[in-house]
Amino acid sequence: MSLIATPQTMQFKPALQLKGGGVLQDYQLTYETYGELNAQKDNAVLICHALNASHHVAGTYEGVSKSEGWWDNMIGPGKPVDTQRFFVIGVNNPGSCFGSTGPMHTNPASGKIYGADFPVVTVEDWVDAQARLLDALGIDVLAAVMGGSLGGMQALSWSLQYPERVKHAVVIASAPNLNAENIAFNEVARRAIVTDPDFHDGHFYEHNLVPKRGLRIARMLGHITYLSDDVMNTKFGRMLQSGDDFKYSTLDIEFQIESYLRYQGDKFSEYFDANTYLLITRALDYFDPAKAYANDLTAALARAKAKFLLVSFTTDWRFAPSRSREIVQALISNKCDVSYAEIDAPHGHDAFLLDDKRYLNVVRSFFQQIQSSSGVRQ
Amino acid sequence: MSSLQVMQTLAAMVPYGSRVLDLGCGDGSLLSHLIKTRGCSGYGVEINDDNLVACIQRSVNVIQLNLDQGLSMFADQSFDVVLQIDTLQNLRNAETMLLETLRVGRMGIITFPNFAHWFNRWSVLAGRMPITRKLPYQWYDTPNIRVGTFADFQALANDNQLHIETSFGFADEKLVRWCPNLRATTAVFQLTAAPHRKL
Repeated sequence: MSLIATPQTMQFKPALQLKGGGVLQDYQLTYETYGELNAQKDNAVLICHALNASHHVAGTYEGVSKSEGWWDNMIGPGKPVDTQRFFVIGVNNPGSCFGSTGPMHTNPASGKIYGADFPVVTVEDWVDAQARLLDALGIDVLAAVMGGSLGGMQALSWSLQYPERVKHAVVIASAPNLNAENIAFNEVARRAIVTDPDFHDGHFYEHNLVPKRGLRIARMLGHITYLSDDVMNTKFGRMLQSGDDFKYSTLDIEFQIESYLRYQGDKFSEYFDANTYLLITRALDYFDPAKAYANDLTAALARAKAKFLLVSFTTDWRFAPSRSREIVQALISNKCDVSYAEIDAPHGHDAFLLDDKRYLNVVRSFFQQIQSSSGVRQ
Repeated sequence: MSSLQVMQTLAAMVPYGSRVLDLGCGDGSLLSHLIKTRGCSGYGVEINDDNLVACIQRSVNVIQLNLDQGLSMFADQSFDVVLQIDTLQNLRNAETMLLETLRVGRMGIITFPNFAHWFNRWSVLAGRMPITRKLPYQWYDTPNIRVGTFADFQALANDNQLHIETSFGFADEKLVRWCPNLRATTAVFQLTAAPHRKL
């Protein structure tokens, strides 16, 4: 059974006060929903996206081939998050570049394109924006909030910002904050973008330019960190792009991995916004719920009331299992309900988007149990 | 260890309303039984993927961990009861885990196959490692890497200054109180840290 997705947009007049001191005036959120909200309005599941994803979580667009949502293997009719039972919401976060108000939109205060003037947004701000969307949809309590990577941070933050509104939180391949190495990767990516001569201090739109070189490098770097050493060796090894002999050239593509990374970089630079990349990597850097509690994660999570599922992947070195275990440990110290799966998968951080039977089974079982325990009806 | 009678006997040793950590919780049936019938709460720890899914399906909290990596995730004395039901014999660091059990829990309930059961003794005397309902493996493929007896465990508990509150055995599903080292296929110990012992 195929699912046809239809993006929708909602306008918000009241200003959204941001954690960093900024304000978002008169903004819009683009979202999609799948399945039916039941009469009790207790079967809603919110999906939070990571760096380069969007509200288009599942299904395809009518008449558009290869337009599957980014988590289409996880969400849909009969899938682990079953849209025949749950009302699933995907929402694009403000600051992103897929429809919700972002740096490429006009700043109502100045009448000019935001560009670099778009206010810094945080995970907490996104959660606040998502909560307003739920208010508008008439949903008080989520059966579950779910996300991977940066999306997992939003799911965790939901359980802390709105503990009464979240029954279950599914936090996949995530972390309680970024470590120095992770921030370092983000900084290299940001420098690649900012030092691209086409960046023009973030106001490249008015020059009709896109800092593609910077975006390409940022994406290439990111891609390396989303894969594991093993997977890269299996997929590419030392295979050459053409023939068996070296060309002895410093500029030509020699190895297949180079070609792959360049392809990924080119593709990304065609559709992703440079200011969005800066904003979202910064949101990643800033997320740290324990900071306000003298770095005591247990104290920070004391407010959580949801029942949790955490999943990590053994070869994920960007969001390593040890980081998920920190969250699990803090939840256990708070006597929260939590289950934790550490999936022995070879694919690195990317594993959270891939088809691993054990992983999908864990999520499927958790959602079946949500359905039976809370008596969610269709 | 799946029979209802064994489960009920073990469950009866867990005080009502206890916070329980079940190390090697399998499919979560004992923990689920404790939650439903004795008002308990807590977590299972399990390494096997299929068992993990079975626990989640029962709505039992389960943490996927290799017990050989220790219990550092759990704070001192954070559980009323720590269960090690037929887990000890699979652990590389069985003694450390025993101490960890009583660091994390105020009480430990430990069961394991008793290799001194008369049939096992007879089998070894006859020159072959035993294969029984309780020990269904060949010597070369058994996950039971710690081969101990009821009496051995008493000595280990004493060496570590652990207090044995209760001990008995099961012969398959039947309770064995008299001469368990010879007559029990499964050894059962209820332990607490001796009061003078520094944890």
